[in-house]
Amino acid sequence: MRGYEVLFAGNNFLRLLGGLWVTIRISLISIGISLVLGVLLGAAMTVRNRAVRAICKIYLEVVRIMPQLVWLFIVFFGITRSTGINLSGEAAAMIVFTIWGTAEMGDLVRGAFISIPKHQYESGLALGLGKAQLYGYVIIPQTIRRLTPNIINLSTRMIKTTALVSLIGVTEVLKVGKQIIDANRYDAPDAALWVYAAIFFMYFIICFPLSVFSKKLSDKFR
Amino acid sequence: MNEDIVIEVKGLKKVFGENVIINGIDLTVRKGETVVLIGPSGCGKSTLLRCLNGLEPIQGGSVFLHGEPVEYGKRSLNKIRQKIGMVFQDYGLFPHMTVLDNVMLAPLKVQKRPKDEVKTEAMALLERVGLGDKAKSYPSQLSGGQQQRAAIVRSLVVNPDIMLLDEITAALDPEMVHEVLNVVLDLAKNGSTMIIVTHEMAFAEAVADRVILMDGGVIVEENPPQKFFHDADTERAKKFLSTFSYSK
Repeated sequence: MRGYEVLFAGNNFLRLLGGLWVTIRISLISIGISLVLGVLLGAAMTVRNRAVRAICKIYLEVVRIMPQLVWLFIVFFGITRSTGINLSGEAAAMIVFTIWGTAEMGDLVRGAFISIPKHQYESGLALGLGKAQLYGYVIIPQTIRRLTPNIINLSTRMIKTTALVSLIGVTEVLKVGKQIIDANRYDAPDAALWVYAAIFFMYFIICFPLSVFSKKLSDKFR
Repeated sequence: MNEDIVIEVKGLKKVFGENVIINGIDLTVRKGETVVLIGPSGCGKSTLLRCLNGLEPIQGGSVFLHGEPVEYGKRSLNKIRQKIGMVFQDYGLFPHMTVLDNVMLAPLKVQKRPKDEVKTEAMALLERVGLGDKAKSYPSQLSGGQQQRAAIVRSLVVNPDIMLLDEITAALDPEMVHEVLNVVLDLAKNGSTMIIVTHEMAFAEAVADRVILMDGGVIVEENPPQKFFHDADTERAKKFLSTFSYSK
């Protein structure tokens, strides 16, 4: 059998798409929760209280310093063993990606907030805007504009990094690909190239429009 | 109470940590008057303006607009600020809105006036400062002088009782300074009440009804422009003015 035939043999392609769906599911859920928690974290990082800011900062640094793979191992193997809670690989993956995504998202939100110049607040106040009006019409719209391209970039990074979860036994698209290649090792030795190329295009099709969109937005908002 | 008095400052004091920025200032501005504040950097003139519409907490004295106290952090401040137009050195236009939307924001959202009426007035004012064709542009597409003129219109459109102009040409190229100051001169001619902080002495002399020199947080001299610029009472004023002329 030729390599490219393996791609469409039996239900192989459907299985790949199934794996892709797992990738998307983990990404979407973690990105969604990270977005909400990240806004809260970002807001917490701009408060006056030093203790609150310090705690947020420590959280951010700890999450950033450790490779995502180590986090996956800690949560999936470590926590499961030590607490006896039986987490599925997918649940562990979502937890880790949410912890990571929240940290990064929080930092983006904080950055966007403090990047709004002081005179924007003062001009709004001087016009007689109330606090809610000031934030609603002036500050938050500008924050969102600065934030959106960065959030999309972070999302594509998170989608790509989900490839790691195959290492804790989640059969996402990469793992499915590996299974297909292994199963056809003898009758189609060059399947690897074709299967991985197909996976490459799958990632590309998801991430490329996002990164084009983000570039468009940041050009528009500049 | 005198109906004519727009702003009244009594014994104003402003302290930043150890530094006394404003050390007891009394100032009265009447309707239709243009007062120009000058003085060396750090003399407290910009801070004084900021205290007048409650952007800074004050540590002593009081500020009244038409007899109503201007108090930092108070709810009543929003109402008072609608009667005070303030223009800043760095324009402060909102970058995510067109020029027209910038101008229409306060009358629509704060004063809740009907949109058609506001739009007509906004366009008329933009035309008046030569920005009629820029209404649909975003601030980043405008030159500094155009942005500053738009910012003036934005403060003007709410029909404030007084305009506070805080070094509005300090960030502009010389040629743009001229176009912006002409707009201000035009306002003065038409009877706007204004307090202007500036370093442009020729402009100050032309526009002012009264010139006030501040130094070290107090008023050093207060005189009509003719007197102030050509026959100042105080040595401090003469010394300050001499820094603007050169001879070889």
